[in-house]
Amino acid sequence: MNYFLTEEQEMIKDLAAQIADEKIAPVATEYDREGKFPHEIIKYLAQSDLCGVYIEQKYGGLGGGVFEMALVVEQLSRACGGIALAFAGTGLGTYPIILFGNEEQKRKYLPDIASGKHLAAFALTEHDAGSDAAGIRTTATLDGDEYVLNGTKQWITNGGEADVYTVVACTNKDKGARGFSAFIVEKDTPGFTYGKEEDKMGIRASCTRELIFNDCRIPKENLLSREGMGFIVAMKTLDRTRPGVAAQAVGIATGAFEAALKYSREREQFGQPISSFQAVQHMLADMAIQIEASRALVYQTCRFIDSGAKNISKESAMSKVIASDTAMKVTVDAVQVMGGYGYMREYPVEKMMRDAKITQIYEGTNQIQRNVIAQELIKEAAKKK
Amino acid sequence: MNIIVCVKQVPGTTEVKMNKETNTIIRDGVEAIINPFDEYAIEEGVRIKEMLGGSVTTLSMGIPTVADLLRETIAVGVDNAVLLTDRAFAGADTLATSYALATAIKNMEGYDLIVCGKQAIDGDTAQVGPSLAEKLGIPHTTNVRKIEEIKEGYIRCQRMTDDGYETIEMPLPAVITVVKEINEPRLPSIRGKLKAKKTEVKLLTAKDIGADENLCGLKGSPTQVIETFVPVHKIKAQMIEGTAKEQAKGLADALLSMKFAKRVD
Repeated sequence: MNYFLTEEQEMIKDLAAQIADEKIAPVATEYDREGKFPHEIIKYLAQSDLCGVYIEQKYGGLGGGVFEMALVVEQLSRACGGIALAFAGTGLGTYPIILFGNEEQKRKYLPDIASGKHLAAFALTEHDAGSDAAGIRTTATLDGDEYVLNGTKQWITNGGEADVYTVVACTNKDKGARGFSAFIVEKDTPGFTYGKEEDKMGIRASCTRELIFNDCRIPKENLLSREGMGFIVAMKTLDRTRPGVAAQAVGIATGAFEAALKYSREREQFGQPISSFQAVQHMLADMAIQIEASRALVYQTCRFIDSGAKNISKESAMSKVIASDTAMKVTVDAVQVMGGYGYMREYPVEKMMRDAKITQIYEGTNQIQRNVIAQELIKEAAKKK
Repeated sequence: MNIIVCVKQVPGTTEVKMNKETNTIIRDGVEAIINPFDEYAIEEGVRIKEMLGGSVTTLSMGIPTVADLLRETIAVGVDNAVLLTDRAFAGADTLATSYALATAIKNMEGYDLIVCGKQAIDGDTAQVGPSLAEKLGIPHTTNVRKIEEIKEGYIRCQRMTDDGYETIEMPLPAVITVVKEINEPRLPSIRGKLKAKKTEVKLLTAKDIGADENLCGLKGSPTQVIETFVPVHKIKAQMIEGTAKEQAKGLADALLSMKFAKRVD
């Protein structure tokens, strides 16, 4: 399908694809098995200017938006959804600064992220605050010119590897979600340590850790926007990064589909390639249909967001749901097409099947996404009356 | 430091088809790539420039479409690209090629170092680099695996040999040809690609560089290729069976009878 990308978008996509094929695919199995963090791959992304595709040119980026970020994530994920997450997780950690940072904060943090020198992370989730983000217990208390952070964040992508963290904490307990605020916390700030590294089913090349704040003092200039804006910062950020997860899902699904298609043409049973059997053909056709439909919605959503549209929650959620559900289904089917070989670690699709699952869960479970979509639909209908 | 990197277009496949009449490579329908060894030469040139300042120019001779490949070199840090393209250059052997390249280089503004890949993967002659140095009357070192030191008028480098390496010093300007051990070529960058798009590759004819057409192309090529073929490897294998001891004895006897070994009692 021709999506009429601009020349620069084509370049970004091609270069990301080249890195995926030449640098990631050969090592994806090893990174998955050993749970190795992809510092080496980040260097290639940095050299190629890809780390800053979604950051404004005046801060050292290429001046693209959500679409450019998604194009990179999709291509990298075709080879490894876990490795792609070092990049995508940095996008998630950076968007609060892009959207709500003041000039000084942007100038301080964005150039090093754009150049690939620094990675970022986003810290919202806690033990009791998952789908119900209002359950945040981490506190930030103003003391003179500093905020003092206390609490533990859970399952933070790029935790321990990132240099810049955007952290949502409670500054006023009485106000519920309106009492949350977002802060920038730098690595190595005294009182900021990391907990255990999680042993995950998939995306094993990404790092998922606890962040522990124990009387961690940060300058009050590190507050993003105003006190009480934390929940808004988080929601607006997630609205823009969900298509990134969707792109990751499309990438994983595409990688699995390509592997299954190739295998079906090589594998012979009953004296002919299994791709000549209609049972297999229909599976391949269904996989391709779902992937293309997902990609079309993801790309269009990205363009919608980058156009400056205000109400994007519904579309953003829709793109994430369809792409992640597709990734799960397609990867399961890819394993099926490849039969016993698909189930073996020697072949890449069992990993893709494990990697796909998380896309239905993180950055808002698909159930929560459906809630969001339904609420928006009802709101829109009510307005028409 | 001004650096010239010589680049050759080669077919991006190992299944080369030959024109039986002219005994030259059929390039139609085969993806063209930059000779892989030249990628290392480009990277080394760009690294030296990044260290010492100056410029890197890629130079090639070939059909007009080679300009597209040369433009790609801009995306990895090269500053200028020059292509010698003219019917007069067609069918050149290594002698005529190095004559044309040397003539073009003599016309170019001051240069300090010329870097070539150790050989091209299609012809595999490894002759153009050294031949170019001779025509320019400057020293050269082949198979360079590391540059230990480089500064105004001086280079010290390691030349890879079969059983180790030699350290060689030369005054500049000089030619080096490089092996793949020397570096890891970088990927292009988006900014580089955007710059490459806007860069004009300079096209020069035999007349432009003041070359004697009798020394160019087929006319200037004393090498006549009589026949080209893909060698057929016919390996005769003899299986030695029996216990380990019998097999060892069988192998020893076979080696002795073929005079590959000598009995020591």
